[in-house]
Amino acid sequence: MIPADAYIRILPEIVLSVFGIIVMMLDPLLADHDNRKSLGILAAFGFVAALAATVYQTTLGPAIDPAGPATWWRMVRVDNFSIFFHVVVILVGLAVTLMSFEYLETQQIRHGEYYALMLFATVGMGLMSSAMELVLIFVALEISSISTYVLAGFRRRAAESAESSLKYFLLGSFATAFFLYGIAMMFGATRSTNIVDIAAALHTGASPLVYLAIALMVVGLGFKVAAAPFQIWTPDVYEGAPAPVVAMMSTGPKAAAFAVLLRVLFGTGAPGWFWIIWVSAALSMTLGNLGALVQQNVKRMLAYSSIAHAGYLLVAFAATRDMNLGISAAMFYAASYAAMNVGAFAIVSHFANAGEKYVLVDDYAGLGRRSPLLAAMLTLFLLSLIGIPMTGGFFAKFYVFSAALKSNLIGLTIIGVINSAVGAYYYLRLIVLMYMREERVEVAVQPVSFGLGAALALTSVATIYLGVLPGHVLNYALASAEMLLPW
Amino acid sequence: MSGATLNPIILTLVTFLPAAGAVLLAFFPRRDRDIRWFALGVSIITLLISLHLPWNFEGGRAGFQFELDRQWVTTPNIHYHVGIDGISMWLIILTTFLVPLSILISWKSIHDRVKEFFILLLVLETALIGVFLSLDLFLFYFFWEATLIPMALLIGMYGHGRRVYAAVKFFLYTMVASVFMLAAILWLYAHTGSFDFVTIQRAIQSGQVGGFVTAARWLFLGFFISFAVKVPLFPFHTWLPDAHVEAPTAGSVLLAGVLLKMGTYGLLRFNLGLFPEEARRNAPWIITLAIIGIIYGALVAMVQPNMKKLIAYSSVSHLGFVVLGIFSFTQAGIDGAVYQMLNHGISTGALFMLAGILYERRHTYEITEFGGLATPMRVYATFFLVITLSSIGLPLMNGFIGEFLILSGAFQARMIYGILAASGVIWSAAYMLWMYQRVFYGTVKHEVNNTLPDMNGRERLALWPLALAALLMGVAPMLWMNSIDPAVARVVTDVSQRSVQIQRPTVVPAAAAIESDTQVTGQ
Repeated sequence: MIPADAYIRILPEIVLSVFGIIVMMLDPLLADHDNRKSLGILAAFGFVAALAATVYQTTLGPAIDPAGPATWWRMVRVDNFSIFFHVVVILVGLAVTLMSFEYLETQQIRHGEYYALMLFATVGMGLMSSAMELVLIFVALEISSISTYVLAGFRRRAAESAESSLKYFLLGSFATAFFLYGIAMMFGATRSTNIVDIAAALHTGASPLVYLAIALMVVGLGFKVAAAPFQIWTPDVYEGAPAPVVAMMSTGPKAAAFAVLLRVLFGTGAPGWFWIIWVSAALSMTLGNLGALVQQNVKRMLAYSSIAHAGYLLVAFAATRDMNLGISAAMFYAASYAAMNVGAFAIVSHFANAGEKYVLVDDYAGLGRRSPLLAAMLTLFLLSLIGIPMTGGFFAKFYVFSAALKSNLIGLTIIGVINSAVGAYYYLRLIVLMYMREERVEVAVQPVSFGLGAALALTSVATIYLGVLPGHVLNYALASAEMLLPW
Repeated sequence: MSGATLNPIILTLVTFLPAAGAVLLAFFPRRDRDIRWFALGVSIITLLISLHLPWNFEGGRAGFQFELDRQWVTTPNIHYHVGIDGISMWLIILTTFLVPLSILISWKSIHDRVKEFFILLLVLETALIGVFLSLDLFLFYFFWEATLIPMALLIGMYGHGRRVYAAVKFFLYTMVASVFMLAAILWLYAHTGSFDFVTIQRAIQSGQVGGFVTAARWLFLGFFISFAVKVPLFPFHTWLPDAHVEAPTAGSVLLAGVLLKMGTYGLLRFNLGLFPEEARRNAPWIITLAIIGIIYGALVAMVQPNMKKLIAYSSVSHLGFVVLGIFSFTQAGIDGAVYQMLNHGISTGALFMLAGILYERRHTYEITEFGGLATPMRVYATFFLVITLSSIGLPLMNGFIGEFLILSGAFQARMIYGILAASGVIWSAAYMLWMYQRVFYGTVKHEVNNTLPDMNGRERLALWPLALAALLMGVAPMLWMNSIDPAVARVVTDVSQRSVQIQRPTVVPAAAAIESDTQVTGQ
């Protein structure tokens, strides 16, 4: 007999799946040429319901019998950590769904599965953050990845989209295989695939196999978060995929993969990954920013920038002297990056117009004159990506680098700070173009629709909130960091 | 409302009133006339409210007044801690004083994207005031960075030909430099657990900060680089002429009038306040740079064919004086430096306004395009002369007091500093008067200049307060010095107490000479 508590522990996933299935079932009932906005609205309600379910989870006390059915025999753990990431990925899903109404209409994409896949992808991401069992993590990772592979190919008339989907699929499968190997090695080394047991086993002594296991898992997850040297796929995939989908896959699955990394690296107390992360962080920041400098396509530029941001985030991982600080900094970074990047992509997807025609940097010339509101919003998100005070991006960088300094990672901090300065250049270039250049082509800017407006409101409020009152979110992250560590 | 009840919130009110105005302005329909009037109204109300500060300021007290300290963020331990002393109070008044005038002077010259212009201007005002009243290092950095964006946008959106280049250069220079300050601030936080200026200062003075002795050199440099770029001190000044030449008039006025003072204020408050020993140790080369700046800036100003560039380089020279005064570590020198900050805000602000007035009529800043303007534009020529005299430090004008005090401080510190810097006074007279001669005297060389209209009522309204202030500050410095002096005395005590060889500043004859009042005579 499975108690009700157990179902509450996976309530957000249940809600999302149910809505996903309903969307799938309703889709064939609509005529082919109808637009799917109604399904989108339903999906949006699904996300809101899942958010409510997540909030409801906070009332859940600790399980009386932690190894019993109430926790699905220790497969799922609901704690501050999982709730934090659930809120992030669900809000990302909500914002992306809201901005997709208009996008699908302009691109003439009329398939309800789009919304169903969004919901299913979020199921996977949510589960990734609450799963304590490596095999379940793997399943969750696959749920989210496969949904995203399909979503990336949704611009069926565009060859780049097919390329994007295929590339993402091939390399992604490769990466999950690495992750699976890692799990197998870990099982070999510790005789368990449960993070709690692994932690206990590692505490008593680690066999050399563990190092291989950790390295393989980091490779697999490094691919998912687009950290160097596993980042090569990112620009092509982001360029071809539909802009709202990029908004999602650059934030949601990334945040979830970082959650898994945090659980696996810190939750198990596994050894031997410090230098892997250090090098990967330094490489990601540098390669990402240098790559972004020369891009002419905004989506590619943001792709490189997302590599760089994965690097900043990894810096927090390397801050191991005071793990709580590092973990909470990473969590805060994931949340604020989600807010600002989804916001930026919302504008990019709106501005791209039919067939994603206007995605070049030069197309943005004079946007400040034609659409002051959109330009001001995009400026806010770009400033946040640079890390200017008053925005979430600032405190995100601030927490990461101060955690790094606390751990005496002077070298990595210097690399990071120099990279932030380099990064400022390409974001600024866009701002300069928007405000200080005359428009070269008369690119029509559509009026902002309700869905997009709501998505922009959500992301900009989140960006400013994290920039002005970061305390609440950070303290929550700190509290969850304490629960994450095994001892 | 009685004065006392207003005291705890007055600084917050003054700071955020312009920003609140900017937010309201964002919802205005695009009727330019209403927008201008509203912006002017907001800035004038801010000015009036800010006058509460000197009115209720306790002149004799050295510490911070009107303080408000609230927890803002718990992790890290950031406080909303604001407060002013005699130094920062007048810089705030300078800001609130210059903004309405800048709005007046931009009334007609900004006719495109008017709404954005005034929003940016008001946001800039909030950020500038915030810089001067922050007593929390984090809050300070926050406002410091916040000044950057509106200013860069003002230059880039409303400037002249090479505006984008100038805006980006301005942004990158200051942004990169301030990263070093952030690093230093973070180090201090990591070792004291606080961003609070007063707390950190106390911890340093009592020697409780671990590793401070070895780190102090780098921390000093971190702050110094960030401020030196802002001042700008030679050789970090190259962004300034570009920014000034391309900026719209109001941008130049605030850039020269207030933004540069952020640098000198920072040097005074943080470099001297937190690292007195390092300040002493580094003083020789900093003073050398300042003196090079004074002379180099003046010489370069002399050969500029462009009026605005000339004024920009004169700023490099004048700010060199201020830095010299600060690093003389004497009561007179620092008194003079603070006073000169205000003077420079007024006289250079006015010069940029005057240059802007001419630009509106002729769309050029080239000096050779003019000549003999005194005939068609009599009022203009008079104003220009008054401001020129104020800028070169004629006795009875404000510039004289500042330069005199700085030079006497420099002489006390070391004779050679005084001698070299004093030559700057001559240079500045040379380039300013020469420019005046070329623009206003002689016969009208270009036919078009004969018909130039003189200053209209609005322009006179913008210039009168500045001219009056220049005169008043020249004849009654005690109105300002009464509150500046105790704050400076405290800085001087801090610097000298902690230094290896204690050089107690003797009674300051220079300041005493100006006013027989004995309040100025140090401590």
